[in-house]
Amino acid sequence: MFGSGKEVDTQSSARSNLRFRTRKTYNLQRTKYNVQLRKNLNVMIMSTVTSPERKRIHPHKFTMWLALGSIIMMFAALTSAYIVKKEQSNWLLFPLPKIFWYSTLVILFSSLTMFLSAKAFKARDMVKYRTLITLTAVLGILFGALQWTGFTDLQLHGVKIFGVGSNASASFLGIIVGLHVVHVLGGVIALLVLFFRAFSNKQKIYSPVPVEIVSTYWHFVDILWIYLFIFLSFVNR
Amino acid sequence: MSNDAVLHGDAVVLPHSGVHHGEHHEHHHHETFITKYVFSQDHKMIAKQFLITGMVWAVIGGLMSVLFRLQLGYPDATFPWLEDILGKWAKGGRISAEAYYALVTTHGTVLVFFVLTAGLSGTFANFLIPLQVGARDMASPMMNMLSYWFFLAASVVMLSSIFVETGPFSGGWTAYPPLSALGDASPGSKTGMDLWLTSMALFVVSQLLAGINYISTVLNLRTKGMSMTRLPLTIWALFFTAVLGLLSFPVLFSGFILLIFDRNFGTSFYLSDIFIASTNKALPNEGGSAILYQHLFWFLGHPEVYIILLPAMGMVSEILSTNARKPIFGYMAMIGSLFAIAILAFLVWAHHMFVTGLNPFLGSIFVLLTLLIAVPSAIKVFNWLTTLWRGNIRFTPGMLFAIGFVSLFISGGLTGIWLGNSALDIHLHDTYFVIAHFHIVMGVASMFGMFAGIYHWYPKMYGRYMNNTLGYIHFWLTMIGAYLIFWPMHYEGLAGMPRRYYDYSVWESFKQFAELNKFISTVVIIVFAVQLLFLFNFFYSIFKGRKVTTLNPWGSTTLEWTTPIHPGHGNWVGEIPEVHRWAYDYGKDGQEFIPQTQPVGEHESHH
Repeated sequence: MFGSGKEVDTQSSARSNLRFRTRKTYNLQRTKYNVQLRKNLNVMIMSTVTSPERKRIHPHKFTMWLALGSIIMMFAALTSAYIVKKEQSNWLLFPLPKIFWYSTLVILFSSLTMFLSAKAFKARDMVKYRTLITLTAVLGILFGALQWTGFTDLQLHGVKIFGVGSNASASFLGIIVGLHVVHVLGGVIALLVLFFRAFSNKQKIYSPVPVEIVSTYWHFVDILWIYLFIFLSFVNR
Repeated sequence: MSNDAVLHGDAVVLPHSGVHHGEHHEHHHHETFITKYVFSQDHKMIAKQFLITGMVWAVIGGLMSVLFRLQLGYPDATFPWLEDILGKWAKGGRISAEAYYALVTTHGTVLVFFVLTAGLSGTFANFLIPLQVGARDMASPMMNMLSYWFFLAASVVMLSSIFVETGPFSGGWTAYPPLSALGDASPGSKTGMDLWLTSMALFVVSQLLAGINYISTVLNLRTKGMSMTRLPLTIWALFFTAVLGLLSFPVLFSGFILLIFDRNFGTSFYLSDIFIASTNKALPNEGGSAILYQHLFWFLGHPEVYIILLPAMGMVSEILSTNARKPIFGYMAMIGSLFAIAILAFLVWAHHMFVTGLNPFLGSIFVLLTLLIAVPSAIKVFNWLTTLWRGNIRFTPGMLFAIGFVSLFISGGLTGIWLGNSALDIHLHDTYFVIAHFHIVMGVASMFGMFAGIYHWYPKMYGRYMNNTLGYIHFWLTMIGAYLIFWPMHYEGLAGMPRRYYDYSVWESFKQFAELNKFISTVVIIVFAVQLLFLFNFFYSIFKGRKVTTLNPWGSTTLEWTTPIHPGHGNWVGEIPEVHRWAYDYGKDGQEFIPQTQPVGEHESHH
């Protein structure tokens, strides 16, 4: 038995020899088990044991979901801090920039193009795929630019975001929206990586996993913005 | 998803057939010094990197405690050699107040984050998760490597802060504003604090990369037959640790972002109505709340306690069961209590803030939730003791440290019940009672878990044993020393002696403790010296220790002992073994132990 160490003579000086014998005894045992297992197979065992046949999520995709969990916690912390701080003194009330509505439309539309590009990739329609991820990346940058415009607009109307004389209410807005934009731009970089890989002549990529991961992330930052927009609009009334 | 698809094509699964496999070397690819020891993606090497970096930090952090204990034990004495090594921080051979606060702060930060988080869970999660779940490596070996390098970068930045002109940060490891937010507040709040924040930000990134990987590996890369309820408790503990880290470190990060903006960009999240005496200036900040930072900090800070403790609990469960030659008592209860602790960890942060003007009604809810932690903790202690009960105990050094952990966890846990009550905490807050409590239950106990893990898994790590005699000396002196250091502090705390004071000899009420402080400091020096003995044992044994000659030296059931004595990258030669049973079949049906890889026999009794 491979694990018990009993059959394996570990005093043996030649390590390659040891490995060979380990292997051989292991295989022998394996065959025995398989016969026995088939005899003993019952439904109860099968249901508790993970079998390789079961369709499982790709580890990298799963990893992305976990990362999204930690991003959610980061924004949950900020929005909770926002509520706590708001209940205290000296909280400036001001309307959100109108341009945030346009940026919302842009990011929603970019989710659509992202979805279509992933679909095009799976259909191996590479020309359409490249066009659509380029469009998605451009929309992402446009979203960032619109958010920036929103803040310059606020500054023009006398709402100071950072620096001396700024109110925590505006600073919170700057940090929450700013961090979200940073996450969108991170998605843009991921799209650029996909873009250059799609043009690479060295190797053809057939695995849809990278595209699906970026797509998941992109939809996530979209939903995150919707949440933040609703939160900032309603909580600050 | 097969285990192997995510490895870089190096550790290919060998086709399962009866042909001659002898020439297959476990290293399927050529490794240079750089790829093997420096930029390694092998989880076992990364574990060793975490361990040794953690040990370096443990020495630095421990030495710092020796230095400030010199000040506390011998406040009137001068040590000219201190000026030789510390220069202007110890003019005339006496540690200056600034240096004292810097030492206390850095000791706390380093021990909590670098030693007991990165050094403990970084080492053993990396080492044990793939080996015990039956995977060739982590879900993403690349991210795993990055996690170590971010940790190392954080280490380098933190280390450099010790050498800047204004000194490292000195406002306590919790870095409360305004001390942490205002450069003019103290010398350590200048460059030292910038470096502290940079270092901690890098550290958070390292922990997130690591945690994501650990969870993903445990959930996705278990070998055939390894259902969740067949996992060794080490893996369950490390899994919950990773979940805690993944959900709480981002919150700390948010708190740090706000702090950085207060420090550098003139915002008023934490700052309000401050007049700084050193510059004779009133600050423009208004409306900020320092308490807000405390909420964000302790939302990480409390789970962090369990991030430190859970890996030790898991390893202790495994080591106790293996060396008592008995199944762990209450396996499902152990998982359940780990789960309960992980949930409660997020619901008790405000018990660190009872004296901040917290609403007493809210406080009473946090008291209740805090005291609830006693339930899963007591379940765990009960199960450890019942595992030992009438066991056929082998007192290896690892086992001794595991038993020591249980002892310390009980002693320190009981005072947790005191402190969890806000009525008592208001009296005991920020006294030596708190110091004694958390050092015993979290600091020393987790160090014991780490020592237990090192002694127990050393044969798997290096293919050699550590010296037993030195191990026994190390255990007994550390065990006795730990109690001698921290037990008396309870009395000092009950008498109201506050923590973080530079010199108690000027206080009439604490003069009675002068001799006691001297005694504690002397024991600290001895215990520190004993740890050097451990370091010698560790490094000497890597090269000269007794060689391991059997695959399974402890007669253990878990999968890591089915790998070759020196496992290569990929861990198993040929196929990954299949698992047929749980990890604790010790002393079953008259057999001393039954490995997880052995199929359930027809006439075997049920557990």
